[in-house]
Amino acid sequence: MHFVFKTDYAQDLQLFKHSGQTFWYGTLAVALAIVPWLLSPYFVSQLTFVLIYSIVALGLMLLSGFTGQVSLGHAAFLAVGAYTEGVLAAKGWPFPFSMAVGALTAGIVGAIVGTPALRVKGIYLAIATMAFNIIVEEVLARWESMTGGNAGLQVGPLAMFGWRVQDERAMYYVALVVTALVTLGVVNLLRSPTGRAFVAVRDSEISAASMGINLALCKLTSFVLSAAITGIAGALYAHRLRIITPDQFTVLQSIEMLMMVVIGGLGSIHGAFFGAAFVIILPQLIAVAKDYLPPAIGQATGLQPALFGLILVGFILFEPLGLYGRWVKTRTFFQLFPFYRRGMFRRRKAFMKSERLR
Amino acid sequence: MQVLQVIVSGISQGCIYGLIALGFVLIYKATETVNFAQGELMMLGAFVGLTATSFLGLPYLAAVAAALLVMALFGFVLERAVVDPILGQPAFAVIMVTIGVGFIARGVVTMIPGWGTDTHVLEAPFRGEILHVGGLVVAAEHLVIIAATLLLVATLYAFFRFSRVGIAMQATSQNQLAAYYMGIPVRRLNGLIWAISAAVAALAGLLLAPLSFVHVNMGFIGLKAFPAAVVGGFGSLPGAIVGGITIGVVEAFSGVYLPEGFKDVAAYVVVLIMLVVKPTGLFGETMRKKV
Amino acid sequence: MNPMLAVEDLTVEFGGLRAVSDVSFAVREGEVYTLIGPNGAGKTTIFNAISLIYPPSNGRIFFKGEDLARREPYEIARLGIARTFQNIELFEHATVLENLLIGRHVLRGPRLWQELVFSPAVRRQELAFREAVEKVIDFFDLAHYRDTRVAGLPYGVRKVVELARALAVEPKLLLLDEPSSGLNVEETDDMAFWIHDIRSNLGITVLMVEHNMTLVSRASDRVLALNHGEVIAEGTPAEVRDHPGVIEAYLGTLVEA
Repeated sequence: MHFVFKTDYAQDLQLFKHSGQTFWYGTLAVALAIVPWLLSPYFVSQLTFVLIYSIVALGLMLLSGFTGQVSLGHAAFLAVGAYTEGVLAAKGWPFPFSMAVGALTAGIVGAIVGTPALRVKGIYLAIATMAFNIIVEEVLARWESMTGGNAGLQVGPLAMFGWRVQDERAMYYVALVVTALVTLGVVNLLRSPTGRAFVAVRDSEISAASMGINLALCKLTSFVLSAAITGIAGALYAHRLRIITPDQFTVLQSIEMLMMVVIGGLGSIHGAFFGAAFVIILPQLIAVAKDYLPPAIGQATGLQPALFGLILVGFILFEPLGLYGRWVKTRTFFQLFPFYRRGMFRRRKAFMKSERLR
Repeated sequence: MQVLQVIVSGISQGCIYGLIALGFVLIYKATETVNFAQGELMMLGAFVGLTATSFLGLPYLAAVAAALLVMALFGFVLERAVVDPILGQPAFAVIMVTIGVGFIARGVVTMIPGWGTDTHVLEAPFRGEILHVGGLVVAAEHLVIIAATLLLVATLYAFFRFSRVGIAMQATSQNQLAAYYMGIPVRRLNGLIWAISAAVAALAGLLLAPLSFVHVNMGFIGLKAFPAAVVGGFGSLPGAIVGGITIGVVEAFSGVYLPEGFKDVAAYVVVLIMLVVKPTGLFGETMRKKV
Repeated sequence: MNPMLAVEDLTVEFGGLRAVSDVSFAVREGEVYTLIGPNGAGKTTIFNAISLIYPPSNGRIFFKGEDLARREPYEIARLGIARTFQNIELFEHATVLENLLIGRHVLRGPRLWQELVFSPAVRRQELAFREAVEKVIDFFDLAHYRDTRVAGLPYGVRKVVELARALAVEPKLLLLDEPSSGLNVEETDDMAFWIHDIRSNLGITVLMVEHNMTLVSRASDRVLALNHGEVIAEGTPAEVRDHPGVIEAYLGTLVEA
């Protein structure tokens, strides 16, 4: 176990707390850089998906995990980013610019959603975001001149300044760079006053206001940033899927995004990545396991939703801190061996504290 | 004339939304949690009713009774197994759990032989009958829905107002810790609330089935019940029905008088307007935290 | 000399309930002014009116000559008023350090885009914040709790963290809501010394609500006694303690048998 003796305020601010962390993250970076040369294109494409979903998860994590605002409609922002990218790419815009515009548009839409959302909390916010998602989906389906309606929009390969992405490997590297930048931005935000303000708003709004935090502005900022990040993911998503249709951005999609951050570990950066990996890996595992199950179960169309639901319920009942929480507990177990105590991470409350009066 | 026609069908559709919303609001009032699986409970209720009539050959009313009982039991067990253990976690956790339960329900239904992904017809004695009421042509299903809803609302009102159990439920909803101190069996009551709520959902499913057939995705209509509950005010039982009817009527009119596509989003536009204008809904209460 | 805080004819109503009725008082710069009274007398309501959590139904509140009615709740801290809460309102899932750092929020400079890239200006600000907060941590002896999550701390420590967080704002006026409630004798003793140091060494004006009469007598310069939302006495602790109206409010009148 590493004990960090701090002698300098700057040590508080470092991203990597001690040499051990630097080593492991460094190794991870190297591994991510060379992986496309070691795996088949199929696996590389799956990894690209994991990266894109990680960005999505980071966006939602910022809003729901760190600022405590529930959103059941984040697929709408993904859609805005994807469609903007599709339309602009067709017009020949280079990727960095079209992605930036996609993020900006998604951010503006986030502001439109966020402004009335400021006044409502909890379940009302969830329903408002859900309603909003459904409306956006309908608008995309009806606005045929721009979006191609229900038939969908074709999106060409990612292109910028004469270079085109032709294979999985190139797409992977683009996604990797974008993911790294987004992650760095979010981490920087969280160690700055704005990030702390988000957490304050999540934990106690009245207290945050009395400390000088402008609640409305703070929540709006979180909404806009979260939407913009999801929009960035949407731009990559469009190029990955090649054809985007409104029914890829339904409330079910939004729910899956929420599942991702909850299973991954609400309120942590790592959770976004764990959740994204989980959501991509599970269908693969199901596809493999299908053949070993009796036909009534294995061939049922409902197998995937049922398993997702089961795992989600399981996590909330037995591992509320998510995959990241389980990771921390396992790591602590080995670090403290044999002094680890089972009650170390236990929650205290056993009765319900009313949230109507929050 | 046509306007009245539209209103009637809007009210009856609205009653379905209202019944599902009633189920939400019951649970929310008691335990401040939202059951995102309410639509799926409705779907299961319809399937149980279907099994009772088509596969077991029971007469209609017996099948209805059976469905209500089975779903009540299911609701009770669900609360015990899945909601009770996470008491004390933020409301967000319960929302996610119920979403998970909804997914499981939808998935498992596809695996049950005889149910699967097919669309089934529920044989009800009043199915397809048309009545002529004062110049209007009304489908019997609509009238049955409206009548059943009124009966249910009256029964629940009496239950909460006059019975000991009902009053105890109101107590737990307002201050759970105090209810514990008063010797009220809070956990058992929570289970009972979920049982009642599931039975209400089952009733909605049985009433809807003659109109929309029984199939695994029929629970998605439950999504529209959320706007109904919000419009009525989330803590108000009569509000749920009124909210549902409002949404139903608005939807019916949008379908007839507005261009295509508006009918599907009408409910959600209404709820967004409501949240901006009066977030607590028509009958809701404003609460403040005392610091 | 202008008072730091002037409350004029303050009335706060909740529907039909009048919690505070025509209350007027003024707090001079550098003094410790205490509100006392039985439960339900309206003391915390007055605090909440000053913090702009509840809008007054009537009356005005002036801070350093400025009418607070035109302000938003989040501007109070920037003006120089910080408060603690009766039922501790800390940020449960953050560490003690992070809680205190939030107190510095009003002093931040760099903009959002600078934070996203963690520019040198942001880095300098963070280091400056930490240095300032460290002084507060030293003042309250919280160093060994610095990196602990608030959720796991004992009640007495949480009360201290709440006070420390208010001090991290570097306020001119500190509102303390029942600082000694839930504390044992030693902790209350510490609290009395801290309030004294806050006033004398840091030059901060203190307005507090308190039930513990020993603490009130030791720490306060002047006292205002309230009952049923109305003022019944004002003066030094000794004067108020012997006031017949105050005695009646707390102990009742003698009934001749």
